[in-house]
Amino acid sequence: MTLLDVKGLSVDFRTANGRFRAVDRVDVSVERGDVLAIVGESGSGKSVSMLALMGLLPWTADITSEHMRFDGTDLARADARTRRRLIGRDVAMIFQEPMSSLNPCFTVGFQIREALKAHLELSRKARQARAIELLELVGLPEPERRLRAYPHQLSGGMSQRVMIAMAIACQPKLLIADEPTTALDVTIQAQILELLLDLQKETGMALVLITHDMGVVAETARRVSVQYAGQKVEEQGVHALFDEPRHPYTAALLAALPERATTRRLPSIPGVVPGQFDRPTGCLFSPRCTFADERCRRVAPDVAAASLGVARCHYPLVNGVAQKAAS
Amino acid sequence: MGGFLLRRLITFVPTFIGVSIVSFFFIRLLPGDPIILMAGERGMSDERYAQLAAQFGYDQPLVMQYWDYVTGILHGDLGTSFRTKRPVWDEFFALFPATVELSLCAMVFAVLIGLPAGIVAAVHRGKWPDQALMSSALVGYSMPIFWWALLLIILFSGILGWTPVSGRISLLYYFPDATGFMLIDSLRSGQSGAFASAVQHLILPTIVLGTIPLAVIARQTRSAMLEVLGEDYVRTARAKGLSPARVNGLHALRNAMIPVVTVIGLSVGTLLAGAILTETIFSWPGIGKWMVESINGRDYTSVQGGLLMIALIVMLVNLAVDVTYGLINPKVRKG
Amino acid sequence: MSASEPVTANVASDAPGRPGRFREFWRYFRENRGAVAGLVVFALFIVVAILADVIAPHSPTQQFRSALLQPPFWQEGGTTDFLLGTDPLGRDMLSRLIHGTRYSFFIGVIVVFIAATSGILLGLIAGFARGWVDTLIMRLMDILLAFPSLLLALVMVAILGPSLTNAMIAIAIVLQPHYVRLTRAAVLGERAKDYVTSARVVGASRLRLMFVTVLPNCLAPLIVQAALSFSTAILDAAALGFLGLGAQPPTPEWGTMLADSREFVLRAWWVVTLPGIAILVNVLAINLMGDGLRDALDPKLKRS
Repeated sequence: MTLLDVKGLSVDFRTANGRFRAVDRVDVSVERGDVLAIVGESGSGKSVSMLALMGLLPWTADITSEHMRFDGTDLARADARTRRRLIGRDVAMIFQEPMSSLNPCFTVGFQIREALKAHLELSRKARQARAIELLELVGLPEPERRLRAYPHQLSGGMSQRVMIAMAIACQPKLLIADEPTTALDVTIQAQILELLLDLQKETGMALVLITHDMGVVAETARRVSVQYAGQKVEEQGVHALFDEPRHPYTAALLAALPERATTRRLPSIPGVVPGQFDRPTGCLFSPRCTFADERCRRVAPDVAAASLGVARCHYPLVNGVAQKAAS
Repeated sequence: MGGFLLRRLITFVPTFIGVSIVSFFFIRLLPGDPIILMAGERGMSDERYAQLAAQFGYDQPLVMQYWDYVTGILHGDLGTSFRTKRPVWDEFFALFPATVELSLCAMVFAVLIGLPAGIVAAVHRGKWPDQALMSSALVGYSMPIFWWALLLIILFSGILGWTPVSGRISLLYYFPDATGFMLIDSLRSGQSGAFASAVQHLILPTIVLGTIPLAVIARQTRSAMLEVLGEDYVRTARAKGLSPARVNGLHALRNAMIPVVTVIGLSVGTLLAGAILTETIFSWPGIGKWMVESINGRDYTSVQGGLLMIALIVMLVNLAVDVTYGLINPKVRKG
Repeated sequence: MSASEPVTANVASDAPGRPGRFREFWRYFRENRGAVAGLVVFALFIVVAILADVIAPHSPTQQFRSALLQPPFWQEGGTTDFLLGTDPLGRDMLSRLIHGTRYSFFIGVIVVFIAATSGILLGLIAGFARGWVDTLIMRLMDILLAFPSLLLALVMVAILGPSLTNAMIAIAIVLQPHYVRLTRAAVLGERAKDYVTSARVVGASRLRLMFVTVLPNCLAPLIVQAALSFSTAILDAAALGFLGLGAQPPTPEWGTMLADSREFVLRAWWVVTLPGIAILVNVLAINLMGDGLRDALDPKLKRS
C-alpha cells in the first residue's frame, strides 16, 4: 500500500480581494522508504499542499480533495483526534526558519520531551534518555547541556538539528522537510542535507523534500515532482527528469542551472509567476513559454501519460523539442 | 539582567526629581500669594506675614526651598493639611489602604474575567464568541465610569436593594483599624456579618473601577494571542500533534502573557485615575476622594503631597513591572 | 530553448486589476460593519451639532419654572413640549442634549489638534536629534506619564481655574506624551530604512527629511491614536465636568449635566441616564471607527 496517497488536492484562500487558488488539483504519492522532491519557485504552492496535509493552514484556507490517505487513513475526512494521533508521530514536518520555529519560553529539552510524552508511553527517565539519544543522532555534541538551553541560545544550524530531532522522536514513517536549508549558511546546508539522507537510510522512513534548488534535488531525490503556480506540471524519476525533462518549465529550470550553461549569459525564464490578479486563461505557463501557441493560450492542457512524465502540457518535450505534429 | 535593572534604576532617579520639581512648583503656580494660600488665613498683619514667610521658608533662595522640600520628603514630612491640621503624610497613609484594597479587588476582577475572555475571543476569531466578547469590551471602555456607577446604583441598590450605596461597611459594625483592609479586619474582628457587609460594600465599586481595565485586558490578550497564534513555533506545536488546549493554553499563552502582564502592571495609573471618580460616587474613604476634596477645599498642602505620593507609587509600580518583564522574558533574563 | 527571444505576456483580459491604496483601505474599512456604523453615527452627531440651533425645540439654558423635573413624554406627567423631560431647573433635556453635541465635538477636535501637533513635533525632534535633546524630551514625557492622567488634569484645572477651556488644555497636555512616544518610535524605526538613507545621500535637508520623507510613513498608528484620543478627551472632559471642574453650569456639556444628578438617581432617572447615554453612544461610535481604522491600516492583521 502506498504510504502517502493524495489525489485532487486543492487549497483556496479567502482573501479580502476574493478567492485565491494556491493549490490546484495536485496529486502526491509516496511509497515507503521513498525520497520525493517537490520543486518549484515561490508561489508554486509546494509548501501549501504539505501544510494542508498536516492540518497547519490558517483559518482562511479551504481544503478540498478526493482523498488524502496516509497509511490507510484519509486525513481529509478523519476527525481531529485521529489526525492528532498520526501527526507528529507517524508523519512529521520540519520548516524553513528553524530559529523562529522553537518556542522561546521553553527549553529545548522540554520541547523534545513534550513530543515524546504526547505520543509514546515512556517514563520520565526514559524520555530524558531518548531525548539525549536523539540529540546524538542529529550530531549535537554535549546533549545534556543542550537540552537545558533556550532556543535563542542556539545557532541556525543547531536549531534545525533540534527540529529534526523533535520530528524523528517517535520514529515517523514519513518526514516532510519544507526548504530545511534555505535559511542556513551554505556550509551548514550540506551538513543538514547529509544528516537528513543518513537518517532516511538508517530508519527507512520516507522523505519528502520541498525545495527550489535543483542542485539539491539532483543530489538527494529519487523521484521529482515539479509544481508551477499551484499545479503539478511534471513528475518523473530523478535521472529521467534531468536527462529528458518533459515540461517546458522543467526544461527552463534545468537550463538555468550554472552547471549546464552553454552560452556566456545564463538563460533565465522571462516574466513572473502569476499571482492572484493575473492568472492567464489556458495554460498557466503559456506567457513565459517559448513553445506556446494559440492553443496553449486558450485551452488548459490535460495531463499527459506517465511515459511523458505526466506533464501538464499540450506538447510535451521529446529531446527538448515540443511535439507539434498535427494529430 | 543586572545591567537591565541598573539602567532602569538610573532612569528612575531623574524622573523622580522631575516629579518632585513639578509638585514643588505646584503651589507656587497657583494664582495668588502662596504664603496666604498656605496659611489659609485672610487679612493678616505684616508681622504675621513675615513670621509665616520665615516659617514656610519663603525668605530663602528658591534652590534652598527646594532642597528643604526634598529632604522633608525623605523624612516623611509633606507639610500640614489646612483642613485637618494633621500632617499630610499621616492623612495620606490613613486613607491609602482603602484605595489599595479597592484597586486590588478591581484588578483581580479585571484579570479573572478579562484574560479568559481574550483567549476565547482569539481562539474563536471571527465567530460569535469573539464578536460578542469584543463588543462588550468596547462598550465597557466607551462608558463614562461615573455614569456606569450611577446606573449600577440605580439597579442594584435602588431597584433590587442588594447592595449599599456608600461606605466600606455598615455603620452597625465597629472594630479597630488594624491593617486598614476592611476584608481582613472584619474577618479578624469575629463579629458575625461583618465580613459579609464588607464584601457587600465592595461589590459595586469593584465592578465600576474594574470595568475599564477588564475591557483593556480582554482586548490586549486577544490581540497578543492572535499575534502569537500566527507564529512559527505555534505551528511547530501543532505539527507535533499536541491538543488545541495545550497549544493555545501553554505554547501560545506563555508568549502572549508577556505583553499582557506589562499592560496589567501599567494599568495602575488608570486605576488611580478611576479611583478618583469611583471613590467620589461611592463615598469610599480613599485617597481619590481625598484629592478631590482637597482641591475643592483649597487644601493645597494636601494636594501637593498627594500628587507627589501618587506619582511616586505609579513610578514604583512601573519599575516593578519592568523588573517582572525582565524575569518572564527569557531573552532578557539569560541575555 | 532560445533565450534571446522575447516573450509577450498574455494576461486574461477579464482578470481584475490590483486595487489602488485608498480603495484597498476603504474596502477593508467597509467590511467592518461596526466601523461603518460608527462612521454613520458620528456623521449624524456632526450634523446635529451643526444644526443644533435649528433642531432643538427650546433654548438649552431657558428655565421653565412651571415644569421642573418633568418626566419624558411617554411617562405619566410628561408632555410633548419637553420630549425627554426637564432637569431640576426646568430646562428642556432634549435641547440640552442636542447642544451638548457641539461641545463634545469641539472638545475632541481641539484637544486632539493641540496634543497631536505638539506631540508629533516633539516626537520628530526627539527621533531625529538623538543625543541629549532626545533624552531630555523623553524624560519630560516620563514625568508627565508618572501622574495618572485625570489627576494631572484635575490639578492643572485647580491651578488655572475651573472652566472648559482650561479643562481642554489640561487634557491636551496629559494626552500629548502618547503622540511623542508613538512618533519617536516610528521615526526611529523608519530612520534605519534604506529610503531614508537614500534621501539623505541625495541631499535632503533635515526639515525635509522629517516632514516630507519620514512623517507620511508613520501616519498609520498616529491616525489610530488620534481617534482614540478623541474619545478619551470627551470622556475626560465629561469627568471633569462631573466633578465640577470642567465646563461650568449652565453650559450644556454632558458631563456637567451629570454633576449634581446623584440625588435624582431614584426620583428622576432621565436626568441621570440620558446624558450618559449620549456620551456612551458618541464615544462608542468613535471607538468603533478607531478600531476599523486600525484594522484597515495595520498590514499585519490583514487577511491575505
